[in-house]
Amino acid sequence: MQGPLIESLARQGVSRRTFLKYCATLASMMALPPAAGLAMAEAMAAARRPSVIWLPFQECTGCTESITRSHSPTLEGMIFDMISLDYQETLMAAAGHQAEEALHAAMKANHGKYLLIVDGSIPLGQDGAYSCIGGRSNLEILKEAAQGAAAIIAVGTCAAYGGIPKARPNPTGAVSVSDIVKDKPIVNIPGCPPVPVVMTGVLAHYLTFGSLPDLDDKGRPRAFFGETIHDRCYRRPFYDQGKFAKTFDDKGARRGWCLFELGCKGPVTHNACATAKWNGGTSWPVESGHGCLGCSEPDFWDAGDFYKALSVPAHPPTSVVAASVVGATAGAAAGFANRAKKNAARKARQPITVADLEK
Amino acid sequence: MNELQFLTWVRGPGLDIAVGIFLLGTVWRLFEIYTLGRRKDLAAPRRAAGASGLHTVFRRSLPPHGMLKRAPVSYIGGYIFHIGLAVIVFLGAPHIMLIANLTGLSWPGLPAQFIGLATVMTMAAMLAMLVDRINKPAKRFLSTFEDWFVWAVTFLPVLTGWLAVQHLLLPYTTMLALHILSVEILLIALPFTKLFHVFTLFGSRWHNGSANARKGVPV
Repeated sequence: MQGPLIESLARQGVSRRTFLKYCATLASMMALPPAAGLAMAEAMAAARRPSVIWLPFQECTGCTESITRSHSPTLEGMIFDMISLDYQETLMAAAGHQAEEALHAAMKANHGKYLLIVDGSIPLGQDGAYSCIGGRSNLEILKEAAQGAAAIIAVGTCAAYGGIPKARPNPTGAVSVSDIVKDKPIVNIPGCPPVPVVMTGVLAHYLTFGSLPDLDDKGRPRAFFGETIHDRCYRRPFYDQGKFAKTFDDKGARRGWCLFELGCKGPVTHNACATAKWNGGTSWPVESGHGCLGCSEPDFWDAGDFYKALSVPAHPPTSVVAASVVGATAGAAAGFANRAKKNAARKARQPITVADLEK
Repeated sequence: MNELQFLTWVRGPGLDIAVGIFLLGTVWRLFEIYTLGRRKDLAAPRRAAGASGLHTVFRRSLPPHGMLKRAPVSYIGGYIFHIGLAVIVFLGAPHIMLIANLTGLSWPGLPAQFIGLATVMTMAAMLAMLVDRINKPAKRFLSTFEDWFVWAVTFLPVLTGWLAVQHLLLPYTTMLALHILSVEILLIALPFTKLFHVFTLFGSRWHNGSANARKGVPV
């Protein structure tokens, strides 16, 4: 195995063996056949560094933090060495006009071939004035950059589905990448933030096979978003046994029982947290004792209280008092009407006597 | 509308509408029924002793002599699905959560596998009763649209709940939303169909029992 990536990894003290193991893990996580691990390693090692343009829009930089800020250098981070990250505001040294020039140079040199990564939603309110870079609105920049892109990767729930900026009442008129770009292949990698290995998995797939992975109906890679958190949760047996933590510090919580009653959205959330975990496989939200928020689903912020079980009303029924009063009034009115009818019938009654019959 | 929005709708506005119509209809009908009154019985009571009203409430839940053999499906199936429904609704953990949320009352539930078994038995009993209703000419002749409709709106929540828990047919989120929606349809239908027996059953049994005792036929 030879190539720019393997050499750069070797310089950073990553052995060929470690790299192969990483590729095998990645392939198995994406449910690819065992041989794909080697193919992936060879393709990635030899890959000509594809140009990647990363556009940050209305976002919190959490997605970038998720992928780059690990406590020790990770393979995920190093994989970034194999791409030519030509524009990333947060990471690049250049600023101002220099940065804009780098963006335009990369777009021109690799027209039709570069990968476009977007994080953050795109505000449409006030002609896009809510979020501008270099005096241009996000909408304008996205449309321009999307034109020459081979494919677009929408990183994070904001870029994929609008995310928190789009939460009611959506003051900036935020929308997702797929709401604007219709004519390019788009991969959504939602999550707030997304799991880093999903990001590298999609990149590795693209570099190895030259195509994007199989997607579900919400544009997410099936390999990572095919199953719910609940289905792969290590606390699932407690759900099946009916053992639930009732508060965050009771006996059930200390014994690691199911967090369904504390509002866990695991049953309706598709993501890889339960299998890939976070911080190099250390832990993940449910393991740390907090229910899943459902952050990789569209409009998760407006899907009811985070701390209410899925089986209970999103809010107390508002119609109770009004409906009871109207019902009682209607019932009483019907009662009076029935009484009037009976009285009328009684008055109209013409009793027949024996004398009448003998007439 | 994606499936999570659908679920959020049935847990929010959908539930509001269903609970509203259910309460409105129930309060209305109960008011109307109890304000109807009964004509005063001017005859002297033939026998007033005993608790015929109370006895009748229980006696009518038992098959009269020989009827169990003549209509086994109706009686055995009826027992299984009524008890099954009560077990699912009052001892299933997610349902207890709902009751606790609405009323503040809560109690321990049964393991999911046990609820699953009760659900399958309930569905089997209901299907057997449906087949019996179709096969027996007299039952079929007596059946109106309401009977078929009421069977369907009772069966659907059980079926969708089971499919959701077992992860069959549709993704869990969609199935859970359909389950809640089917319960909302049941809630809306309840006050205006024979399902209203939930509220009137014991009252009418009591009335019949005590009226019969007054006429000299105590139980």
